[in-house]
Amino acid sequence: MKPDRTSLLLGAILAAVVLGGLALPQWTLFILTVAFAQGLVVLGLMLLQRAGLVSFGQALFYCIGAYTAGGLGRAFGTGDLFVQMAAGAAAAALVALMLGFLLARYRGIFFGLLSLALSMIFYGLIVKSEALGSTDGMNLVKSTLFGVRPDAGWVRYAMAVAAACVALGAALLTHRYLRTPLGRLGPAIKDNEIRVEYMGASVRYAIHVNYVIAATLAGAGGALAATTVGHIDPEMAYWTTSGEFVFIAILSGAGSVVAPFFGALVFGAIHTIAYDLSPNTWQMSMGAALLLAIVFLPDGLWSLFLRRKAA
Amino acid sequence: MSQIGPVLVDGVIYSAWLFIAAVGLTLVYGVMKILNVTHGSFYALGAYAGASLTGAWLARGYPPMLSYAVLLGGALLVTLVFAPAIERGLLRFMYAKDEVVILLVTYALFLILEDTIKLIWGVNPYFVAEPYALLGSFEVGGLRYPTYNLILVGLALALSAGLAWVLHSTRVGKLLLAVIHDPEMSRALGVNVDRFYLVTFTLGSLLAALGGSFTAPTVSVVPGLGVDVIVLSFAVVVIGGLGSLPGAALGAVIVGLVRSVSVHYLPQVELFVIYSVMALVLAFRPRGLFGLAEPRKI
Repeated sequence: MKPDRTSLLLGAILAAVVLGGLALPQWTLFILTVAFAQGLVVLGLMLLQRAGLVSFGQALFYCIGAYTAGGLGRAFGTGDLFVQMAAGAAAAALVALMLGFLLARYRGIFFGLLSLALSMIFYGLIVKSEALGSTDGMNLVKSTLFGVRPDAGWVRYAMAVAAACVALGAALLTHRYLRTPLGRLGPAIKDNEIRVEYMGASVRYAIHVNYVIAATLAGAGGALAATTVGHIDPEMAYWTTSGEFVFIAILSGAGSVVAPFFGALVFGAIHTIAYDLSPNTWQMSMGAALLLAIVFLPDGLWSLFLRRKAA
Repeated sequence: MSQIGPVLVDGVIYSAWLFIAAVGLTLVYGVMKILNVTHGSFYALGAYAGASLTGAWLARGYPPMLSYAVLLGGALLVTLVFAPAIERGLLRFMYAKDEVVILLVTYALFLILEDTIKLIWGVNPYFVAEPYALLGSFEVGGLRYPTYNLILVGLALALSAGLAWVLHSTRVGKLLLAVIHDPEMSRALGVNVDRFYLVTFTLGSLLAALGGSFTAPTVSVVPGLGVDVIVLSFAVVVIGGLGSLPGAALGAVIVGLVRSVSVHYLPQVELFVIYSVMALVLAFRPRGLFGLAEPRKI
């Protein structure tokens, strides 16, 4: 099969991270890795967004992924990034599979509110469970890659490259998925659900599948974020975390599987710069950025590239 | 094991607080179809205004009994400064957009207001306990309660009676019901819908600010105060049915009692129980207990 433009772009980004990462300072590698983690979550949100659904509870799966990674370290002493991400993704997928039977029936604001309620239930659970460190959360064991702990000077670079491999691989798979008949149903559901049903496709099934994929991505992202930051706490399941993800999703736009990662990187950059310039008003800058995005770029940052191409 | 008396008293007090904090949200949603995240910001604004103004009032040695009026005035002041400006300056340009997009607009405003509060009042906590202690206390089942809590209950009852009266027994209320039912038709018949939106948003925000200012004496007012209130009021109004006033009252009573029972008997599950009720209601009656059915979109 001939690789298309998106696949080539993903490959180019990977090459850029592998080569460019050698020249970047440590702190930018950290921001980059976190952006990959958030990008994974937002990639899942994009799938739902294409079907016209906005989840205000994606932090649930993000947090499940993070706590699975933390639990693995605590129970087995495993700090391997790939094991953590796989386990986090699997745990999130399992929960989403069950919740999906309920959520796939909901649309619009009610889908958002129910997912919000579910994530707050999880927040309420872990905030009070002392075994998981309640509000303090817990620290993760030192992360390894295939059982090997990179040298202190290289660990950020190695993590960033590993994160890039997984995240861009997931993006490629998602890109492929979007070209399958099931994947293409998303925008059709957003446009007109009843017509989709008349066509013979099951809207509920399609939404359920998208929901599970979104959760899987969020679980992997949560595990990646947990091991990158080295600490997890219940705030990861709180509604403000979900709000941040929706923020990035709006900022990115649903135009391409690359958009969420670009959006997450821009978000991280705005965050870092705003915090650096004025620690007490960074939220104000974020809010203003979100407002500007909604008003002037309703299709997200990605529409900038598309428009230029059309011109 | 605690007795049933304190559980009920706690439940009623907490319900009253929840109702005051959440009723504005359901009002704004009912009329404007906006799930308003800035509701939490107005709660926080009210709390800061109430705490700082009352603190100044008492520091000057003015009569402490009037501090309740100052709490009221503080809420009114911040609402009049911010709410009309937000509705006229920004929200009214968004009404054509999707419900979820407007929600995100209010989320952006919430982020901006969070820092505005820090810019105005700084990041240090405010304590104003005098109005809370002033009225003495009463005793139920061996536990002492500050009488101030009865003000909250009275305020909640007065608000619900007042809103029900305005809505069903006055000309303005009936016009408002028409706007809720069909804004376009109301506009065609000569109702000034824009003004109703402005007034509703201001009133809804005022209710949030009142909730904040009357809570201020019972807590230390710190940054991030409104964040919890947002999702808690979402739970209350969703349980009762978005846009329904009796629903908000019912939601507040349910959440209040559930929380009180869990705090007394099994404190570990407090938050878990509240949001489980919300999820259960959404699972079986997505439009809430008092919500009206809406035809499926074609």
